[in-house]
Amino acid sequence: MNSTEVHINRVDWIAVSIYFALVIIGWFNIYAAVYDSQVEKSIFDLSINSGKQLVWIGTAIALITLIMVADARFFENLSLVIYFLFLGLLIVTPFFGKEVNGQILSIGVGDFRIQPGEFAKFATALALAKVMERPTFDLSKRNYQAIAFAVLLIPVILILLQPDTGTAMVYFSFLLMFYREGFPQRYYLLVLGVISITLLGLWVENNLYLAFFILLVVGALIYLGKRNWQRILAFSLIGIGIIAYIYSLDFVISKLPLHQQNRIMVLFNPDLDPLGVGWNITQSKIAIGSGGLFGKGYLEGTQTKFDFVPEQDTDFIFCTLGEEFGWLGSLVVIGLFVGLLYRLVIMAERQKTRFTRIYGYGVISILLFHFMINIAMTIGLFPVVGIPLPFFSYGGSSLWSFTVLLFIFIKMDSSRATQLGRLN
Amino acid sequence: MKDQRPTVILFVIFFVGAILLIKLFMIQVVDDSFMKRAENNAIQRVVDHPYRGLVYDRHGKLMVFNNPIFDLMVVPREFTLTDTVRFCTLFNVSKEELIEGYNAAKNYSRVKPSPLIKQISNADFARIQDFLVDYPGLFIMTRSVRAYPTPTAAHALGYIGEISATQLERDSVGYYEQGDYVGLSGLEKYYEEELRGNKGVKYKMVNVRGVDKGPFKEGEYDTISAAGKNITSTIDLELQRYGELLMNGKTGSVVAIEPKTGEILAMISAPFYDPNQLTGAAFGKTFQKLNVDASKPLFNRPIMATYPPGSIFKIVQSLIGLQEGILKPETTFSCNRSLVACHNHPSPVDLFGAIRNSCNPYYHQAFRQIINREVSSNTFKDTELGLNAWREKVLKFGLGSPLGVDMSGEKGGDIPSSTLYDRIYGSGRWKYSTIYSLSIGQGEMQVTPLQMANLAAIFANKGYYYTPHLIKELDGDPKKIPAKFQQRHDVGVDARHFNLIQDAMAEALYGTANRAVIEDLVIAGKTGTAQNPHGEDHSVFIAFAPKEDPKIAIAVYVENAGWGGRAAASTASLMIEKYIKGKITRPELQEYVLAGNFIY
Repeated sequence: MNSTEVHINRVDWIAVSIYFALVIIGWFNIYAAVYDSQVEKSIFDLSINSGKQLVWIGTAIALITLIMVADARFFENLSLVIYFLFLGLLIVTPFFGKEVNGQILSIGVGDFRIQPGEFAKFATALALAKVMERPTFDLSKRNYQAIAFAVLLIPVILILLQPDTGTAMVYFSFLLMFYREGFPQRYYLLVLGVISITLLGLWVENNLYLAFFILLVVGALIYLGKRNWQRILAFSLIGIGIIAYIYSLDFVISKLPLHQQNRIMVLFNPDLDPLGVGWNITQSKIAIGSGGLFGKGYLEGTQTKFDFVPEQDTDFIFCTLGEEFGWLGSLVVIGLFVGLLYRLVIMAERQKTRFTRIYGYGVISILLFHFMINIAMTIGLFPVVGIPLPFFSYGGSSLWSFTVLLFIFIKMDSSRATQLGRLN
Repeated sequence: MKDQRPTVILFVIFFVGAILLIKLFMIQVVDDSFMKRAENNAIQRVVDHPYRGLVYDRHGKLMVFNNPIFDLMVVPREFTLTDTVRFCTLFNVSKEELIEGYNAAKNYSRVKPSPLIKQISNADFARIQDFLVDYPGLFIMTRSVRAYPTPTAAHALGYIGEISATQLERDSVGYYEQGDYVGLSGLEKYYEEELRGNKGVKYKMVNVRGVDKGPFKEGEYDTISAAGKNITSTIDLELQRYGELLMNGKTGSVVAIEPKTGEILAMISAPFYDPNQLTGAAFGKTFQKLNVDASKPLFNRPIMATYPPGSIFKIVQSLIGLQEGILKPETTFSCNRSLVACHNHPSPVDLFGAIRNSCNPYYHQAFRQIINREVSSNTFKDTELGLNAWREKVLKFGLGSPLGVDMSGEKGGDIPSSTLYDRIYGSGRWKYSTIYSLSIGQGEMQVTPLQMANLAAIFANKGYYYTPHLIKELDGDPKKIPAKFQQRHDVGVDARHFNLIQDAMAEALYGTANRAVIEDLVIAGKTGTAQNPHGEDHSVFIAFAPKEDPKIAIAVYVENAGWGGRAAASTASLMIEKYIKGKITRPELQEYVLAGNFIY
C-alpha cells in the first residue's frame, strides 16, 4: 500500500463527525451571540463574526485536506523542526507582534494574523511525542523527567513573556499525558492534596478552624498508627507544614497582581463586587442559569444578545448555548466533548507506536483542559481565564490550531496499519 | 499498575463532564433566581402614565391642566463627570445634592436610569437642554404636573401628591405604584378614579448600556394607556374669583348654589392659597408652610368648619311649626324679653313679623309648643319625645349630617338628640328650659356653611334640594355624574308654607340687612350671628335671588366680623349681583367689603 495514499476507509469517522458537529453548533452559536434583532444580518454576512467564522471553517477544511493527503511520517520526522519553528515565532512575537491590551499575542501581516502561542500547543505535543518515543525513555527517572519538562517549559516561559497566563496554563495539561506515560503517581496525589488544601484555605474564612481541624486529623493519625518517634516527627512536620502553607496563602495571594487576586476571590464570593470584578462571572451565570431546562430558543436569548455577557462569541460562547438551549443543549455539547475525548482515548490506546500514542494523549490533554476550564469558568467553578472553547469559540487561530492538533492525530490513526509496530 | 492508567484517564474525563453537568443542572434547573435576574437585566417595564383628566368651569373655561415637567435621569454606568463645579452651576444643584442623587441612582442600578434631579422647571429645562450632549448617560424624562391657568378655587379643586404608604396598602387592585401621584383632596381626590385614566405598560428589551432593543415578545404583554376623563365642574370661574377677591384677607366661607340643580357655583374658603404652589417641585415646601400656618389655609371651611346656625335657624323653626300646624301665619307671641333678649321692635308680632324682626322670644315660645306636645304627662319624657321628633324634621333639611358633596372631609355638624342631653344631664333630668336655646339656633347645634347654603336653596325651591355638588359633566356628559346628585330630596314641608317665608326674607333685608338691597333685584335673605366664645362673633348671611325665580342661593360666613347684617350680607349681595347681572353697580359697597372694617 502506498503510504502517501489517503486511508479514507481507515479514518475514524466517529471522531471526525463529532468534530464537525461541534464546529457547526459553534458556528450557529457565534451567529446567536452577535445577532441583533434590529439590524438583521444573515449568518453568512462577512461583516459579522459568524460570516468570518465560516471563512475560518472553510480554511480549516482546507487544512484538514492538506493534513490528510500528507504523509503521516512527515509530522513525525519534522516534529522537532516544527517545534523549533514555533519557538522561533514565539521569540520574535514580542518584537514584531501587535500589542492589544498590553499583550502581544499575534504576528502576521495586515489582517492575516496568527497567534504562535495557539499553534505551539500542537508543536509541543509533537516534540514531546518525539523525545519520549524511545522505549528506554522512562518518566520515573529523574533525567528523563528533566528532558520532558524542558521541552514543556521552554514554550511556557516564552508565552508567559507575552504575557498570556491562560495559554501558558494549558501546557500543564500535558501532565495528563505524562501520567499515561508513567510519571510517578505520588506527584499527582501531592498535587491533588495541595489543590484541596488550597481550596479549603481559600474557602474557609477563619484559618484558625482549619488549623485546629488539621491538628485533630494529624493527632488522630499519630494516635491510631504505630507510635514510634520517627512517625510522630514526620506527621507533626507535615501537619505544621500544611498549617504554615494555609497561613501563607493569604500572603501569596496578596502578592499576585490585583486582577488575578480578584478573580480568585470572586470564585468564592461571587457577590463580592457584582458590578466590578464579579461582573463577568455574575452575568455569565445569569445568562446560563436563565436558560432553564429547555432554553429560551435559538436567537431568543436576551442576556447574550444584549451584551450583558462580555466576550460572548469567544471565551464566553458557552453562555449563548446555555441561555438559548438550556440544560439539554449543554448536555448535548458536553456529551459531544466527552464522547470525542473518550473516542480519542480508545484511538490512542490502539496505536502501534509510542510516538502516535503519546501525541494522541497530548491531544486529549489539551482538549480536556480547554473544555474543562472554559466551561467551569463560565459557571463560576474556576477563575476567569482567557482560553477558548475548542471548535466553538470564534477565532481563526483557535479553530485552526485545534483542527490541526486533532487532525494530525486522526491522520496518524488512519495510517497506523502502515507503521511498524514499535510499541514496546 | 500502568495498565490502569488509561482507565483512570477515562474516569477523569467522565468525572469532569459529570461535574460540569451537575453544576449546570443546579444553576439552570434547580435555581430559578437567575431567570428573575435575567429579566431584571434585560426587560424594562416602562409605565406609560396617562394624562390626567382636565377640569373646566361651568362655562367651559379651563381650570386645571397638565404641565410637563422634566426629570433629569442618569445611567450611572455611562455617566462621567470631569468638571463638577461647572455641572453644578449649569444644572443648579449643590455638590452634596449631586453626590447624594448619584449614589442613590448607583445603588438602584448601574445600568438602568434613575432620576438625578427631579422636576426641573420649564425655564431650567430650556437652559440646560443644549448642554446635555456634553454629558453621556444623562437624559430628560418628561412627566406632567397639575397647573392652573387662574389661581383659584384651590380648596374645591384639591391637589395631587405622591401616594402614601398607607394608601398603597389600601389599593387592593394594585393599580398604584410607589411614586405615583394621586388626588389628595377636593375634586382631585373624589374623582380620582375618573381623572387618573388607565396606565399603560410596555415591556421593552434593553441591552447592557440601557439602549432600547425593541419590544419584548413583539409587545404581546403591552397595554395601552387611556387618558383620564375630563370634568366640567359646576363652578363659575368669574363668580369664584370675585368671591375670592371679596374674601381676600378675611377668614370665612362663601358657598353659592344654583337652587334648581344643587350645582355649586362658587365655594370660597378664606384664607386661600394659589393652587399652583402645590404642584411640582415646590409641593413639599409649600405644603409644609401652609400646614403650619396659624390661619389654616389648608382647612376647607365651607365643608369642615361648623358653627351654630344662629337666627337663620328661626326660618326652619317657622317651617316646622307651620307644617305641624302649631304655627299659623297669624299666630302671635309677645316679645317677652324676660325669656330671652331681643332687639327693639313692636310687640306682639305674628310669624311674618317674627322672621322680619328675628324675634327671639317668639321662637322661644313657639319652640316650646313644637317640643312639648303633651304626648306624655311626664314633662321630661314629653320633652325627650318632642326633641327627637323635631330632630328628625330638622335632619330632612340636610342639617346635622354630611350632605354628601363630592369632596372628601365633609363634616356633618350636629343637631342634638335626647342622647346628648341624657349624657350631659342624665336621663329624665332635663326639659325644655334646658334646651330652649335651640329655638333660636344657638346651643348644642352645629352646621357647616355648605349646609346653610343648601338651606337657602331649600327656601328658594320651596321645599326641596339636590345634594350640592361640584361636578356638572363627566367626559362631556351630564348624565354620567353620580346618580345621587340627580336625585331630588324633599324636606317634608309643603310648598305653600314657603310663600310667607320668602316674603318675610325679602322684607327682612330692609330690616336687618339693608346694605344687601339691590334696587331692581329682589333678594330674599336672613342675617345670622354665630356666637363665638373666643372673640368677636361671626357674621352670617344666607340669601337667594331673584325671589320670584331663584337662580342663586348663597351662604356667607365672615369670621369675627360681628353682626350678620354687615360683612356677610354685603358680600352676599355683591356676589348675587355679580352672578345675576354680571357687573357691579355699587362700587362703594364693594369698597366697603374690600376694606374689611366691619366692626365699629
